[in-house]
Amino acid sequence: MIYQWIPLVILALSLVPATIIFFLRDDQHRPRTGVNMAGATLKVVLVFALIPFAVAGETIEFRAPFVPGIDFLLRIDPFALYFLTLSSVLWFLTTIYAIGYLENSPHRSRFFAFFSLCVTATSGIALSGNLVTFLVFYELLTLATYPLVAHRQTPEALAGARTYLRYTMAGGVVLLLGVVWLTAVAGPVEFADRGSPQVAELAHEQPGTAALIFGLLIAGLAVKAALVPLHTWLPKAMVAPTPVSALLHAVAVVKAGVFGIALVVNGVFGVEVARELGVLAPLSAIAAITIVYGSVQALRQDGIKARLAYSTVSQLSYIALGLTIPSVIAMTGAVAHIVNQGLMKITLFFCAGLLAETLGVKKFSQLSGLGRRMPLTCAAFTVGALGMIGLPPVAGFVSKWYLGLGALEADQAWILGILLLSSILNAAYFLPAVYSMWWGEPQTDPGWNSSVAVKRTRLEAAPALLIPTMATAGLAVAVGVFAGLDVSSVELARVIAERFYA
Amino acid sequence: MSRAELFIIVGVALFVFGAARMLLTGDLIRRVVALNVAGAGVFLILMSLATVRDASEPDPVLHALVLTGIVITVSITGFALALIRRIERTEIVRSGPRESDG
Amino acid sequence: MANLLPVVVLLPLVGAILTSLTTHLGPRRLTPLISTVTTALVLAAGCAVAFQVGSSGPLMLVLGGWETPVAIALMSDGFSAAMLLMTAGVGLVVCVFASATPEITGGYWFWPLWLFLLAGLNAVYVSADLFNTYVALELLTVAAVALVALGGRAALLPALRYLLIAVLGSLLFLLGVALVYAETGTLATFGAAEETTGGLVLLVALGVMTLGLAIKVALFPLHSWLPPAHAGAPAAVSPLMSALVIKAAFFVLARMWINLSQGSAPTELAYVLGAVGSVAALWGAALALRQSKLKRVVAYSTVAQVGYFFLLFPLVIAGDGAASALAWEGALVFLFAHGLAKAAMFMAAGSFAHAHGTDELEQLRGAAARMPVASMSMAIAGVSLAGLPPTLAFVGKWQLLHASIESGQWWWIPVLLIGGLLTFAYTARVLRILLDTEDADDQQAKVEQGKFTTVRTDYHPIPQRMQYPALLLAVLTIVLGLRSIDLTELLQAGAAMGGL
Repeated sequence: MIYQWIPLVILALSLVPATIIFFLRDDQHRPRTGVNMAGATLKVVLVFALIPFAVAGETIEFRAPFVPGIDFLLRIDPFALYFLTLSSVLWFLTTIYAIGYLENSPHRSRFFAFFSLCVTATSGIALSGNLVTFLVFYELLTLATYPLVAHRQTPEALAGARTYLRYTMAGGVVLLLGVVWLTAVAGPVEFADRGSPQVAELAHEQPGTAALIFGLLIAGLAVKAALVPLHTWLPKAMVAPTPVSALLHAVAVVKAGVFGIALVVNGVFGVEVARELGVLAPLSAIAAITIVYGSVQALRQDGIKARLAYSTVSQLSYIALGLTIPSVIAMTGAVAHIVNQGLMKITLFFCAGLLAETLGVKKFSQLSGLGRRMPLTCAAFTVGALGMIGLPPVAGFVSKWYLGLGALEADQAWILGILLLSSILNAAYFLPAVYSMWWGEPQTDPGWNSSVAVKRTRLEAAPALLIPTMATAGLAVAVGVFAGLDVSSVELARVIAERFYA
Repeated sequence: MSRAELFIIVGVALFVFGAARMLLTGDLIRRVVALNVAGAGVFLILMSLATVRDASEPDPVLHALVLTGIVITVSITGFALALIRRIERTEIVRSGPRESDG
Repeated sequence: MANLLPVVVLLPLVGAILTSLTTHLGPRRLTPLISTVTTALVLAAGCAVAFQVGSSGPLMLVLGGWETPVAIALMSDGFSAAMLLMTAGVGLVVCVFASATPEITGGYWFWPLWLFLLAGLNAVYVSADLFNTYVALELLTVAAVALVALGGRAALLPALRYLLIAVLGSLLFLLGVALVYAETGTLATFGAAEETTGGLVLLVALGVMTLGLAIKVALFPLHSWLPPAHAGAPAAVSPLMSALVIKAAFFVLARMWINLSQGSAPTELAYVLGAVGSVAALWGAALALRQSKLKRVVAYSTVAQVGYFFLLFPLVIAGDGAASALAWEGALVFLFAHGLAKAAMFMAAGSFAHAHGTDELEQLRGAAARMPVASMSMAIAGVSLAGLPPTLAFVGKWQLLHASIESGQWWWIPVLLIGGLLTFAYTARVLRILLDTEDADDQQAKVEQGKFTTVRTDYHPIPQRMQYPALLLAVLTIVLGLRSIDLTELLQAGAAMGGL
């Protein structure tokens, strides 16, 4: 069947550009952009063309022998496609943004090559059908991201990248141990909608071992998912160029972590088995702590990127928390938040980059009155901020609503308290900034009028930066507004969640 | 103790002393000589082993091994000496003739 | 098809003589060509052997018409065929690399010596007789030492040290061979196994051989000869040394253990080897982290990787059926992967050293911007050595980890995992230095502070032909990682003869 090659084509659409771009010179601007955009566009088209297949319940598999006894397995199912859609759309937009952002800076070919490689790894993570395949792309992601974080090659960038590498490599080793152990005691495990039967058997016969393996797997994934106390690399990795931070926080690294947690909970163990093992409660607790801790830390930061970084720490754990609530509705909220958080967070990072590039504004305290100078950017920022707080009609409201309802359904009202507390904290660190942006007095900053990037256009900033930002902000609103439709992203999340519980 | 056993012990002693000297001494020529002593020890053991089963009719295979071994050791000694000559020549070029030699 | 077995030894010998003549009498420019073509032919023969072994089992041939033990018996099973492939494959790529400029080979004698080395290596891999193995080991030692000595004045003393210590190792091996013969009455590698009953003599024989071969493999703490020799050799020689030469001794060691200790395995000794190997893996990596010269980092990395190979012994000897088979596969895949990755790494390191006139890491700061292909090769090779997925070494590491769990020898797990991290750490350290940007002022300041004596020697671009061979091998470790099943199937073809 020819369909089985589709997963490989999806990978190739970003791997081939990565390879070609690596060998291009920095001054070969046109071929690089051409290859990059062609890959990104084709990928978006292909992924969208696959959505009807997934909705119809078809899965496409590619299988080849890898480690003796274990296959290299790529699989397109609804959950994979859900993540894949997010990553391909955001890759497309971020590529445009990055082309505008990095114009004339050195080592562009290296940057875009690793950028595409990073997306290849993310797609591979989305597609993986068993833990070994997942591990392959999970480690590839670590490696592909390192040169991006270190891109500026300053001592701070290298130090940040080093911290990043230490954490993620150690996490990878723990994950590897968990996977090997699981394979040794339960045989090769493939992801199944309600958990693998072999793992269920293992959990029945040797609950201690199964729980320990669950702990290893989650610990390995928690590094990337930035669960407390393994989150400290994330703020340090902020030294990366803004498009990298945007991609890292919205779809690539941190999402790979939570996506992996979702796969372990749902695909490997199955929610039922995991709950019987008693391993979900500790995960719930850690996620709840992370939500509150991240928000509190965010409140203490003044740097825009630093505050956004801690906000990511907090927001990601909504997903982890949702996965641990035994309720279809909460699971829907968790799955939906994978996309919603991605759209909102990438919007905020794009705005941060716009502000820094256009006006040199890098701190929350400098935002005052900027609404008059850069209304579109500030509007996008406002959308992102309101979404993070969880106010309608932005996408973030939808996920919080489902999480809250799910918590009530599962009789875990304390989670509602966590959500509320976090929302208040979110409001505390976002609302004053939004207020002063629109109604505050402009500061007489030396950078105020000396816009560097914008001369020829009548826009407030370089169009390559502004247009992707507007697009993601628009999507963040659209996802929220159209949540009730039959074909909305939330509806798709519900379909996925129901498969896990079917 | 049979004669074969005696020779084996002597061979082991030769090998151990030769090897130890080779590893411990710094002088290059002495190291090569020590290596040859160690080699002689091994060959002695081999020849004694040839008579362990039947003292009147030694095993020809082990003797063949010793012969080949000796040939190899001789050529390697030659190679090592050639290397030493080149090393000392470069030393002389670098630091002038050594006075304490000889 | 068994007639191909002498070809893989005789062909390089003929080539070696031919290239000696062209090097000595001229025309010299033919030398690299003849040598490279010969290597390619040997690779083709190796492929044919591997194909045959893979499809219909081990090949066997008795030469000369005499009866054993005097006759020369040749044999190739999966393990041997895989080694033949790796040797000629890596050799061919290194030939292409070396033909870029005579400056990196240490002169035209590189070419005949390489073919002598190839003949010696292949002879070790196809020999079915312990005494021939001894002779082949000596041939390859002499060729290897001569190659190291091409590195000029500074390499002469390391070459001599290498020669003396390697010959000492050979003598110990010879002693072991004699003991085996005295005990079993045969020199056939596989025949001896049938005659053994264990016992003290055999234990001594195995111990003596292990010690001798461990010296040649540079197992910690017998490793001190390796870094100066491997790092001091010319750029085109180091990859051959680290990737290929030490493998031959390990090949013999693994063969001895698997064949001689059937049923009566000295388990304790196997555990000791595993423990020493673990220390080597960690200590070697720690030393690699502290080196200030690039080629030294790579050389100490070899010391560390050799340590991993020795995990084969406890896991195969003391593990039961399934775990034993897993470990056998894993360790050999690891061995194979190391060959490719280490050759790539040394070629990349050689490129940096050649382009900058030095391999001092401090002087290579920021070199990644000038040499992206070499840096990429270095990075991929490092990732491959560290055993990250989906490289070939990952498959090996996976199998070893699995075998450790399966056989209950869980204490090797931290060694494998931490060792992998350390491996990655020293590659990352090198890459960080290569990526570092430092402007000329800082350089000048450091010279004035006396951090190094000279300002960076001018960088001069290196030929294309030097850049891509390393990348090719590095990428091959990934491609083979994804297709490792072919390799493991080939390795299993030896199971009939290998005793597993």
